[in-house]
Amino acid sequence: MALRERLQELHDRGLADIKKGDSLDRINEIRVQLLGKKGPITQALRGLRDVSAEERPKIGSFANQIRDELTAAIEERNQELKKAAINAKLASETLDVTLPGTPVAQGQPHVIQRIIDQLEDMFLGMGYQVVDGPEVEDDHHNFEMMNLPKDHPARDMQDTFYITPEILMRTHTSPNQARAMEAHDFSKGSLKMISPGRVYRRDTDDATHSHQFHQVEGLVIDKHVTMADLKGTLEMVAANLFGDEFDVRLRPSYFPFTEPSVEADITCFNCMGKGCAVCKNTGWIEVLGAGMVHPNVLKMAGVDSSVYGGFAFGLGPDRFAMLKYGVDDIRNFYLNDTRFLTQFYKRG
Amino acid sequence: MKVSMDWLNEYLTLDVDPQTLGEKIERTAVEVDQVYKMSDGMSKLVVGETLSVEPHPDSDHLHICQVDVGEDEPLQIVCGAPNVATGQKVIVALPGAWIAGHHKIKKSKMRGVASNGMLCALQEIGFDEKIAPKAYDEGIYILPADSENGSSVFPILGMDDDIVETDLTPNRGDMNSMNGTAWEVGAIYGKTPKMPTFSLNEDGSRKVSDLLQFSVDETLAPTYKMRIVSGVTIQDSPLWLQKRLWEAGMRPINNIVDVTNYIMLTYGQPLHAFDYDKLSSHHIHVRLADEGEHLTTLDGEDRKLRDSDMVIADDKHAIALAGTMGGLDTEIDDNTTTIAIESAIFDPIKIRKTARFFNLHSEASMRFERGVNKDDNQKALDHAATLMAELGQGQTEQGTGVGSDTPVEPAKVSVTLTRINHVLGTQLTADQVQTIFDHLNFPTDNDGETFNVTVPARRWDIHIEADLFEEVARLYGYDNIPSTLPYGTMTPGALTFKQRIIRDSRRLLEGAGLNQAISYALTTTAKAEQFMMRDSEPTELAFPMSTDHTTARMNLISGLLDDIAYNVARKQKNVALYEQGRVFYREGDAIRPLEVEHIAGAVTGTLTTKTWHAEADTIDFYGIKGIVDLFLHDMGLSEPVHYEATQAHAQMHPGRTADIYVGDQVVGFVGQVHPEVASDYKIPDTYVFELNLQALIDAPHDQQQYEPISKFPDVTRDIAILVDQSVTNADVVALINKRGGAHLADVQLFDVYEGVHLPAGKKSLAYTLTYRDRQSTLVEADVTKAFDKVTAALEKEFDAEIR
Ligand SMILES: [Zn+2]
Repeated sequence: MALRERLQELHDRGLADIKKGDSLDRINEIRVQLLGKKGPITQALRGLRDVSAEERPKIGSFANQIRDELTAAIEERNQELKKAAINAKLASETLDVTLPGTPVAQGQPHVIQRIIDQLEDMFLGMGYQVVDGPEVEDDHHNFEMMNLPKDHPARDMQDTFYITPEILMRTHTSPNQARAMEAHDFSKGSLKMISPGRVYRRDTDDATHSHQFHQVEGLVIDKHVTMADLKGTLEMVAANLFGDEFDVRLRPSYFPFTEPSVEADITCFNCMGKGCAVCKNTGWIEVLGAGMVHPNVLKMAGVDSSVYGGFAFGLGPDRFAMLKYGVDDIRNFYLNDTRFLTQFYKRG
Repeated sequence: MKVSMDWLNEYLTLDVDPQTLGEKIERTAVEVDQVYKMSDGMSKLVVGETLSVEPHPDSDHLHICQVDVGEDEPLQIVCGAPNVATGQKVIVALPGAWIAGHHKIKKSKMRGVASNGMLCALQEIGFDEKIAPKAYDEGIYILPADSENGSSVFPILGMDDDIVETDLTPNRGDMNSMNGTAWEVGAIYGKTPKMPTFSLNEDGSRKVSDLLQFSVDETLAPTYKMRIVSGVTIQDSPLWLQKRLWEAGMRPINNIVDVTNYIMLTYGQPLHAFDYDKLSSHHIHVRLADEGEHLTTLDGEDRKLRDSDMVIADDKHAIALAGTMGGLDTEIDDNTTTIAIESAIFDPIKIRKTARFFNLHSEASMRFERGVNKDDNQKALDHAATLMAELGQGQTEQGTGVGSDTPVEPAKVSVTLTRINHVLGTQLTADQVQTIFDHLNFPTDNDGETFNVTVPARRWDIHIEADLFEEVARLYGYDNIPSTLPYGTMTPGALTFKQRIIRDSRRLLEGAGLNQAISYALTTTAKAEQFMMRDSEPTELAFPMSTDHTTARMNLISGLLDDIAYNVARKQKNVALYEQGRVFYREGDAIRPLEVEHIAGAVTGTLTTKTWHAEADTIDFYGIKGIVDLFLHDMGLSEPVHYEATQAHAQMHPGRTADIYVGDQVVGFVGQVHPEVASDYKIPDTYVFELNLQALIDAPHDQQQYEPISKFPDVTRDIAILVDQSVTNADVVALINKRGGAHLADVQLFDVYEGVHLPAGKKSLAYTLTYRDRQSTLVEADVTKAFDKVTAALEKEFDAEIR
């Protein structure tokens, strides 16, 4: 047989064998057999010596072509087999992906903390500072400086835990208004602060009363702060906490430390203002009290009320949480049942 | 105050439905509790006439009545009221009627006799026990004889009248009267109310000044006046007056007492009527009581008075608790003929204290506390005398007896347009502002900028510029005020370092699996004093409300253990909590405590539960310590943290508790709650820690600095040693670090073994030592040399056997 025919036959038989080869080992065997140093192609090429000088390059290039084709076929078949092997392995590794994942311990912030943090973040973004104050207060800051002299009837509204006649558990976070004003250097610009914290009232605990609860006080004092600014700020608070689909209504009210005083209501989210049991058929829910800081409060804190003025507000995170999440018993906040604490992780 | 729309319409012509008025009042003046009719929820209540009343054959108290209800045939109704009689006009609940309490009347049989409806007492149609006239306490109500059979009883009884119930803030005592409410509603709607009129006829023959003398302490009663009406007949008030009273929530008594209440509702001026003939002298004193003085008040109670209580007295003894409650001895009774009417203004603080002390909060005391219109004081007295004379067929004696009459000057307040707009953020014009003051009926002049406002005595809450801002703001309408945000100097809004650490610390512990608890900061003294980290006196409430909350806490753990107990009692076995808050330390004789920020954790059971795939993460000493390790690591403290075993905490397990040090300072402790304490709290094994967070905030903190990652590979060597039980891990690590050489970068304990395969009193510890050189590749021989030094040191110092 001529060399060319032999090569052609090696090529055809080789391709057939490669195609039939069903394992990586077998393909390797074929490769060694066909293309190895002692393989038929190498041997056939040795026969080139006997070919005429004219034919030699043609046969030579034909032989190289055959070798390349076989090499490629082997490579291709190898890939096919590898892929099949991987697929087979993967097929054997199937899991029940519906089995639960391994638990990771993770705690939750308290729901009241969530509300306080949310308010803090909003006010920090508007350039307010967060200010702390003592929970055991003196009568002077808690009452006198808030324009609630001894014998003021509004003191009855805030039944107080006294420790001594002059020392008490603070009944509101308002004394931090006085403390912040006393400490602030107005030559350096406006005072904008909020002050969250625990407060105490001499109350019997029941579903709607707690002897301990929280307040967030807010105060802005500058040369030109207006009732309109208060309204805009309270609307921001309502939108931030409850969403902006609710209307805010201001009503006249009375607090000894503000004049004018207002209470802010938002649209009842239970009935969207139509009237229901939650809002006592008014369509509104009271959420906070506020007003323009009373000149007596400014004076007592050493602030010139003819130059400076501003607004203050006080809101109750406990009440907010009850309204926002439908918590029907304030005691839940302080008994710390884990089934209660772990509920509050949702974003809305 | 319950405001009757019928009555209000006598002052003002309002073309507005009551709901709208309520909303308007709420947005402009004071809160409105509800808008209602007394007849709400009731129907088919008509006038009936008893044609015959026969005893029931099978009952000793029931009657069979034939009742004309304006139909062709009378209705047969069985009635048990003792006062039912022939020829009465009665309240009939027809079959299908709704009466009070969502109760429906059906045809029925009573002891075999058909009963087609019900004859009603006032209580059965919604009248409170406290307002239904006493005469009808035991039976059905008898309507006026001219009532038309079959017509609705609602208009006759005023039950179809709309009532707007206002809830007054303390500053708006002026609205505790119809006059005041009418002024306010008039201002809202821009109308001037028509005030009540009457014509006083002093037709008596005597002068009051001859009948009464006074000694009045003007500091107690700046105004004290009396009139006398004589020759009166005590009887029931006419129905129009009774209606006014019960619509306002007050009980009709008799014509004299009712007039005092009616005048109080009209003018806001409480009055008191004394039986002149029962006075033991005709010299009236307003004075403080003698300590221990006795007075029997109208309610029959014998009151032991204090020397701060104000009384009205004759020469001998107290006859009334001033402004709060009259005395029984001088009460108006059926035989009274001569009335001394008192119209006074008392010191509101004294009234409040007395009312509070005796728990005698009355319509009168409440009005004295919140203020009385001096301008109407005489008018109220005159009007009362006129009405009593009229309703009691008596004569008004001449003149007024005046014990005191301190004039009240109207407040004059000036305010500028610029200031109003500056404070409210509005752009009101002078005309707009003037209109508001005009609507308020405050005499005001302005020059286009400055407003000089004269505030009538009826608005005693207004004294200063800011009070006028409020009047303008509310009447202009809060809805009309624009919404803006404060501008001016920009201020940075940022948490302080302390606040950031507190926030971060919460997040850290939540990441470690603990839920934030907020417990009661007031607890028992015993619990307040547990788990303390320093000596402190308790801070105790003078008048606690409950024995569970008497003392400010001096630790956080006890609160967390209460929380765990609450959970455990509710079958929650796995509880992991932390709390961040203050403890209250008080030095021996200091009054105010120091408030120190702490953070504490408490875990019982498992942090994660066992699943098909993973074991439960059950808490133990090392579990809770791991949380503390993580926490303190992330605090980034400059000084090293170490733990020392301690038995100093009485409520902690003596063998499983460590004090936590930062440098030389103890900042807290960690360990297992003493089993006996756990048992007292009724909780299972619980692991806790408490840290002085303030100390961690104040401690030096490392500045963050990037440390380049070594380009050269680490070399590690493992070593296992056998040492005495008494040698601690901390001892070994300290020695390894001391003798480890310049390149020792880390020492990690990877195994502890104590058990049967080891000699008694010995334990095996195994460590991985990591060597690192940032400048060059470590030479094997150098590491071996360094490692050998460590081995030798361990053998020498701890008699360690290298394994
Ligand atoms: Zn609603």
